[in-house]
Amino acid sequence: MTGPANRKTLALHLAFLAGLAALDFVLPDYHHGVLARVMVLAVFAMGYNIAFGYTGLLSLGHAMFFAAGLYGAALPIYHLGWSVWPSLATGVVAGLALAVIVAALALRTAGVAFMIVTLMFSQVFHLTTLYFTTYTRGEEGLVLPQNVRRLAFPGGEISLASADTRYWIAFILFAAVLLFTLALVRSRFGRALVAIRENEERMRMLGYDVFASKLAAMAVSGTISAAAGAAYAVLFGYAGSGFASIQYSILPLLWVLLGGAATVLGPFAGTLIMFYLIDTASSHTTANLLVVGVALILLILYFPKGIMGTIRDKWVRWLP
Amino acid sequence: MTVLLETRKLTRSFGGIRAVDGVDFTLEAGEIRALIGPNGAGKTTFVSLICGRVPVESGSIIFEGRDITHLPAHKRVRLGIAYTFQITSIFPNLTVRENVELAGMREGHEAQIALDVLTRVGLAHIAEQKAGDLAYGHQRLVEIAMGLALNPRLLILDEPTQGLSTAEVEAFISLIRQVAKSTTILLIEHNMQVVMELAHRITVMERGRILAEGTPEEIRSNQAVQQAYLGA
Repeated sequence: MTGPANRKTLALHLAFLAGLAALDFVLPDYHHGVLARVMVLAVFAMGYNIAFGYTGLLSLGHAMFFAAGLYGAALPIYHLGWSVWPSLATGVVAGLALAVIVAALALRTAGVAFMIVTLMFSQVFHLTTLYFTTYTRGEEGLVLPQNVRRLAFPGGEISLASADTRYWIAFILFAAVLLFTLALVRSRFGRALVAIRENEERMRMLGYDVFASKLAAMAVSGTISAAAGAAYAVLFGYAGSGFASIQYSILPLLWVLLGGAATVLGPFAGTLIMFYLIDTASSHTTANLLVVGVALILLILYFPKGIMGTIRDKWVRWLP
Repeated sequence: MTVLLETRKLTRSFGGIRAVDGVDFTLEAGEIRALIGPNGAGKTTFVSLICGRVPVESGSIIFEGRDITHLPAHKRVRLGIAYTFQITSIFPNLTVRENVELAGMREGHEAQIALDVLTRVGLAHIAEQKAGDLAYGHQRLVEIAMGLALNPRLLILDEPTQGLSTAEVEAFISLIRQVAKSTTILLIEHNMQVVMELAHRITVMERGRILAEGTPEEIRSNQAVQQAYLGA
């Protein structure tokens, strides 16, 4: 890694973040709201990307980590009257703990078996949220009233229900995770993860503890996914068991594939485009998923590496 | 001479066939030992047991006085047992330098060690090329360079000259002579020229057992070895 390339990379990502921040002032209301939501979901996708894109762990169960963050934050607020900060922390810690436990068991398998085991754990989580409908209100979900969604700071508090704060909180989380991912993939740990994805047996015979590295990758991935879930709960005031369903395990996979696996900006690009694709399609036809399906088939046929992956291959080789 | 590695009654079966069958084996520090034998004799399984790629069924392995029989492979590597793969196993999408750096990265001195090792094996001039684009002979050298970058006490080479040209084999022999000054070498090899030129001692395996062991001269004149090889 040379100095100039490092600076160029950092400059590009900071410029991208500055652009996102500037959009707050110019976007019309509707798109402003969409972008806040997309940024939170893109955090989920970035978390997924660390496991799937960089480490090569195709999990079909990441909904459980997102939902662990979602419920970890929403339940204490709803039932125990906690304030937002400790609830957010609870959500993130819940995701971390769940990721470590699930990964420790699921990583004993690989490939298709890993997909199935993660899927099963996630289904168990989903059914658990339904089983405890008394507390979770199941599909209907918990709605967090506006007056409890307030973030306390020394010197005052801000309401998370206002569109502007929502945008900025989403942006801060998104920027932090983006810069963290950037640092991670350029670190020795990140390079080791990519090498494990490419040739696991070789890495083992270079003295790397492959299991521990994968476990750490899953822990980071699950924690970021949970952070997205926790933020979603407090920003949008809703936690329903739909977020624990298989759909929310497949979506981050699609976002990452569309945007480009193992790229830093890909998850955001994928999440954004998919959101507008579904949004636009559903305003014209009820068969909106058909449009999405066709788009994905075209993507796999012509851009198997996703948007950012193709850009990297063809034009910008230094893109992380 | 001190003993570097010892196996006692080392055994491993695959589906009823004893690939390695009660092998007692001793390797002294500083030697170049060749392991030869017909196909299916159990050579690769035997070294895989030593480096931990295949779990031991019974028996034990002692490395530098320490029982490593049940140690996972990556910990054995950290103790100084390096294995280079029979089938070239490098990272084709990374450059030569990045490949070798991965070997030193765990200990945090990758840049320096990659430069040293690449100079030693004569790949420094193509360090920035993509490993997957290299000629086969050079890829084999990358494989060996990754082993060397681990700074091993014991370097296990599994058929390193397979598929190399005559000139490349010559270069390989002088490289291994150089490496052997600081490292013990266990070499599985079919090319008898390489074996006879390099090995201090030779171990012959057949059907999972050690058939004979001795200096190159002793092995050359051994009746049982000739039979195993020629089927006479």
